Amino acid sequence: MSTLRPLVAQVRVETYMTLRRGETLLLTVGIPVAFLVFFSTSHVVTTGNEPAVSFFVPGILALAVMSTAMVSLGIATGFERGYGVLKRLGATPLGRPRLLGAKIITIFFVELFQAAVLVPVGYALGWIPGGDTPAASAGQALAAALLATAAFGGLGLLLAGVLRAEVNLAAANGLYLVLLLLGGMIVPLAKLPGALAAVARAFPAAALSDALHAALGTGTGVPTEAWIVLGAWAVGATAAAALTFRWE
Amino acid sequence: MTEAPTTPALGADADAVDRAGTAAVSCTDLVVRYGDRTAVDSVSFEARRGEVLCVLGPNGAGKTSTIECLEGYRRPVSGALRVLGLDPWADHAAVVGRIGVMLQRGGVYPMLAPRQALRLFAAYYPNPEDPEALVDLVRLRDVARTPWRHLSGGEQARLSLALALVGRPEVVFLDEPTAGVDPEGRLSVRDVIGHLREQGACVVLTTHEMAEAERVADRVLILHHGRIVAQGTPDALGDGTAGAPGEGQLEISFGAPADLDAGPLAAALGPGTTVVEEAPGRYRATRPGTAASDREIAAMAATVTTWLAERGVVLRDLRVGRSLEEAYLAVVGAQGAVGEETDTGVGREAWRGQPRTHAARRRGLRRARRGRGTDSARGAGRATGGGTGRTGRIRRSAR
Repeated sequence: MSTLRPLVAQVRVETYMTLRRGETLLLTVGIPVAFLVFFSTSHVVTTGNEPAVSFFVPGILALAVMSTAMVSLGIATGFERGYGVLKRLGATPLGRPRLLGAKIITIFFVELFQAAVLVPVGYALGWIPGGDTPAASAGQALAAALLATAAFGGLGLLLAGVLRAEVNLAAANGLYLVLLLLGGMIVPLAKLPGALAAVARAFPAAALSDALHAALGTGTGVPTEAWIVLGAWAVGATAAAALTFRWE
Repeated sequence: MTEAPTTPALGADADAVDRAGTAAVSCTDLVVRYGDRTAVDSVSFEARRGEVLCVLGPNGAGKTSTIECLEGYRRPVSGALRVLGLDPWADHAAVVGRIGVMLQRGGVYPMLAPRQALRLFAAYYPNPEDPEALVDLVRLRDVARTPWRHLSGGEQARLSLALALVGRPEVVFLDEPTAGVDPEGRLSVRDVIGHLREQGACVVLTTHEMAEAERVADRVLILHHGRIVAQGTPDALGDGTAGAPGEGQLEISFGAPADLDAGPLAAALGPGTTVVEEAPGRYRATRPGTAASDREIAAMAATVTTWLAERGVVLRDLRVGRSLEEAYLAVVGAQGAVGEETDTGVGREAWRGQPRTHAARRRGLRRARRGRGTDSARGAGRATGGGTGRTGRIRRSAR
């Protein structure tokens, strides 16, 4: 039997459900677009960048990755367990590898969709990507986004694995807010107290926004520290998720 | 199934014929524990292809634990399980493609409509059933595009049932398929189960609903406190030949107007016979015997019919032996856990030895006071013989 047919069907359904859930769309597209427009035009937060949108496009792209890979995936998976969906799938030939594979591919699709919305909005607001070699910058940004997707996805599944669906919903949203504020996404890390910024940089949110700012904003190379933090979280969080994940 | 537009060929492979009669499901000395509590205690049974096995028992009896071990969800503490000759835990990947599963609740993405869910599941299997045919089979055509979360309980149950059939399973496990399903939905569930049996699939289902079990089951197995307390065909359980209490007893139950004076009937039925009005208008005649004899039971039935006819009393129904529900309650009640069975919708009137409600008692007395009982309800109304301790429930004429 073809191993692809169940995978393709699963990806199609997961994508359909993700893009049809109003609350998910609000989280993954609505809020990032609103933040991008509001902060780029309001000067509530001074960034030191000129124009301000050059700081906010990379920051909001980082927020978009976190929204989809951690919050949306984690909450949906928690409820699927609560509804007995995961248990039921366990008695089909779909299998765990294909189910997880479908979820990962779906996240990438949603992230592409987010970028397809956010980048044009950024250009419309006057964003000029930094760096002399756009291809190299885009490549670095993509690599950082992939690592961050693994890290955030692991965190989301970790929460979904150890918490009840409703508690998981609250925890994922709470973590989202904390990492939003400490992630250098709308508030530059340089504006945080030094100790707090140092702590924040140990988390994947700040590491991702650092990487995206470097690749897409200033055009400088991504700091090694960011690669290390992203890589460590990608491995650690997915391993922890795999160890704690329950199907029932 | 004549109204189904297509006839899905469920599990009808060539070697099903070769293996017909051999056990599709076998369970030997199954033990399941949750911490210190033993949920399933040394349970053994088999089910063949083309057979519907119904697992009955109160809540907490171990039904779902047993089924979930067979489905490969749980690893038993001990015991040998075989589903289609494979170990459902160790050979999980090989088994899942050949079985169909209906969980007790949930199991479907709330956003998906029946058609979407069936198409998704169809993609999991190499040779799936046509999703459209399944939509019709379980009568969900009108709501084929309605998300699961907006379906009624019965529609959700029928979708879960249809999802269990998508992969043309050879063995189907249904955990309470008729819970919360309306009468029309039950008819549909019953049709599907009958259809699966015709196609040679082995169906193992749990239920609390005795009437359903009686209709669909080839064999019934009653679990209680994790042990098998009775098993056999529904008829065998009813006539006491399957090891249930009351074995060898001659029993007839019938419906007639309430508050009959059954004493003379007991006398007419012969020495040792007891007639009890168990609920208003529900009577049971029993006579102890060493073995159920067709000739004797036929004579008893004839006597009851004649006796009532001579008095111009209409006989509403008559049953030889016990219904499955009565047999079940006798078995489970005898095991001393009657109180567990409160949420099953079993009518209280059917409980043996259960006092009638106060309202019913008052009604009976009032009727008797007004002298509205039938002629035969007058006079000394105590059942003769027997001495089963339930004779006091015959109404006395209160003059």
